[in-house]
Amino acid sequence: MSTEAVGLRAGLRLKSQVCATEVIVVRPGTRPLSLCCGGVPMLGRDASGAAETTPVAERMRGSLLGKRYTHPGDDAVEVLVTVGGAGSLSDGETDLVLKEAKPLPASD
Amino acid sequence: MSISMLLSMAASAFADRVALGRRADGITFSGLERDANAGATLLREDAAGSVAFIGQNSPLLPTLLFASAAAGLPLAPLNYRLPRDVLRGLLDRLDAPVVVADSRYAEIARSTGHRVIAAEEWLSAARRTEPVPGPEADPGSAAVLLFTSGTTADPKCVVLRHSHLLSYVLGTVEFASTQERDCALVSVPPYHVAGIGSALTNVYAGRRMVYLPDFDPARWLELVRSEGVTGAMVVPTMLARVVEHLGGADADCPALASLAYGGARMPLPVLEQALRAFPETGFANAYGLTETSSTIAVLGPEDHRKAIESDDPVVRDRLGSAGQVVPGIETQIRADDGSVLVPGVTGELWVRGEQVSGEYRGAGSVLDADGWFPTRDLARLDEDGYLFLSGRNDDTVIRGGENIAPAEVEDALLTHPAVAEAAVVGVPDDEWGQRLVAVVVRREDAKADAAELRAHVRGLLRGSRTPDEVVFRDELPYTPTGKIIRRHLVAWLSPPVEG
Repeated sequence: MSTEAVGLRAGLRLKSQVCATEVIVVRPGTRPLSLCCGGVPMLGRDASGAAETTPVAERMRGSLLGKRYTHPGDDAVEVLVTVGGAGSLSDGETDLVLKEAKPLPASD
Repeated sequence: MSISMLLSMAASAFADRVALGRRADGITFSGLERDANAGATLLREDAAGSVAFIGQNSPLLPTLLFASAAAGLPLAPLNYRLPRDVLRGLLDRLDAPVVVADSRYAEIARSTGHRVIAAEEWLSAARRTEPVPGPEADPGSAAVLLFTSGTTADPKCVVLRHSHLLSYVLGTVEFASTQERDCALVSVPPYHVAGIGSALTNVYAGRRMVYLPDFDPARWLELVRSEGVTGAMVVPTMLARVVEHLGGADADCPALASLAYGGARMPLPVLEQALRAFPETGFANAYGLTETSSTIAVLGPEDHRKAIESDDPVVRDRLGSAGQVVPGIETQIRADDGSVLVPGVTGELWVRGEQVSGEYRGAGSVLDADGWFPTRDLARLDEDGYLFLSGRNDDTVIRGGENIAPAEVEDALLTHPAVAEAAVVGVPDDEWGQRLVAVVVRREDAKADAAELRAHVRGLLRGSRTPDEVVFRDELPYTPTGKIIRRHLVAWLSPPVEG
């Protein structure tokens, strides 16, 4: 199991090794992150078979479909959940937080 | 990463919610996903290089849009009103197109010599097909090709890639931000960027869509009431016809929470009448270009309310603005020499952001080295970032060395009670280079003559901006989405006619 920080870029799609969660990186932020789900590093969406991994119990609070998450220490980070799951998102030991939506009026 | 992601998210969040058509018998989000994936399977078997659509807006458009995306092919919706030779010219510019056409346009489509499938046959074939998953489209591949309306020149083919459209949707729409009762009425055609935008943003928001392909104000109002429409987008000519149809009466559309307008300049008197006719509705002015994947600035409902109620002229003027730019878009106002101008000064609007394409098929990208796109629109920003547009740079009339924005003169003419519509153009002139000609449609029974209208403008603007001539016509030439076709007027006025 890899624990390296994934080089994030806008448009990168990642999947959890411990649950159904999938995300897309909307904005990568200003420094490298070790993006985890359920406490275990996420893999590229097209990566083949993950090794046997055990989630970290306190990082199994869920990720919500369609919600945006950001980093408490870098609000330039934006990660969108495209498939929700049981694991929660973190940068290593730092939990990502739900980003408040500022709704725009429908325009087309 | 492709726009297919938007539909698959929606289909997993609200599979059984109706996405398209009437609530009683419409197509659900999971049904739309199935149709799109099966349609993609057919398109892949077809070995086409692109998909063209000749037809009106209907549930078929989102189906075909997401089917083309899932097949990795760009969709090019064409103007169904075009004559055969023009259609053939546009189709010849596409890469090995397969044409999907509404049955009423299938014959003209076939006469171009290109391969044509009737829309109804394509959809029923898709419903008999077992969807086979394919590779996801590359984010840098073309998702949509749109031909610009060509009001000043031949149509250009704008390339919108998956990454542009996704950036637009993710940057401006909150996923699942609707209730099951929400419903959007789409009355813009498929070949307008707002027609594409509505298919993407409403799907991602989880909002049902109903369609009115042949706009008619009475039928539009009837559909808003009978379908409980909560949001709609119209071009200014449509709103003008609705307001005229109401004749001062309340629109009686209590469910209509939001009404967006855009696509061309909105005359202020029409907007003020509309605000009175729809007192419970939140208005949004959306400004965007085909090249920017739709909306880049919005004047929202709260801005409209504040402007109407304010005594502060700065705040009140904002009713005539395009609001503030959406997240992810940067703006610069530049002078002709390229220098960046300060707030309050008018120049050309340049924009930058992930949703900005600025690329034309065949001609390449027009972005500068730092990624800025020249909109060709004249604009200024106020101190709070509100964007005021004053017409196309290409429409600027240069009379005796002075630059005149036709929009300013048109706005002045429209404040005269006799004037229903006005277009101001520059006509070649030996003495002045160009002379300023106003083409006016008078209201029924209005008698105002040229001298009276010229005096009216002179009273509002400086003398050099008074039209040299005022010419009357029964109607102005518009594109189907409400843009005045100025080159037709210039051609009609040259050689000179007496005003």
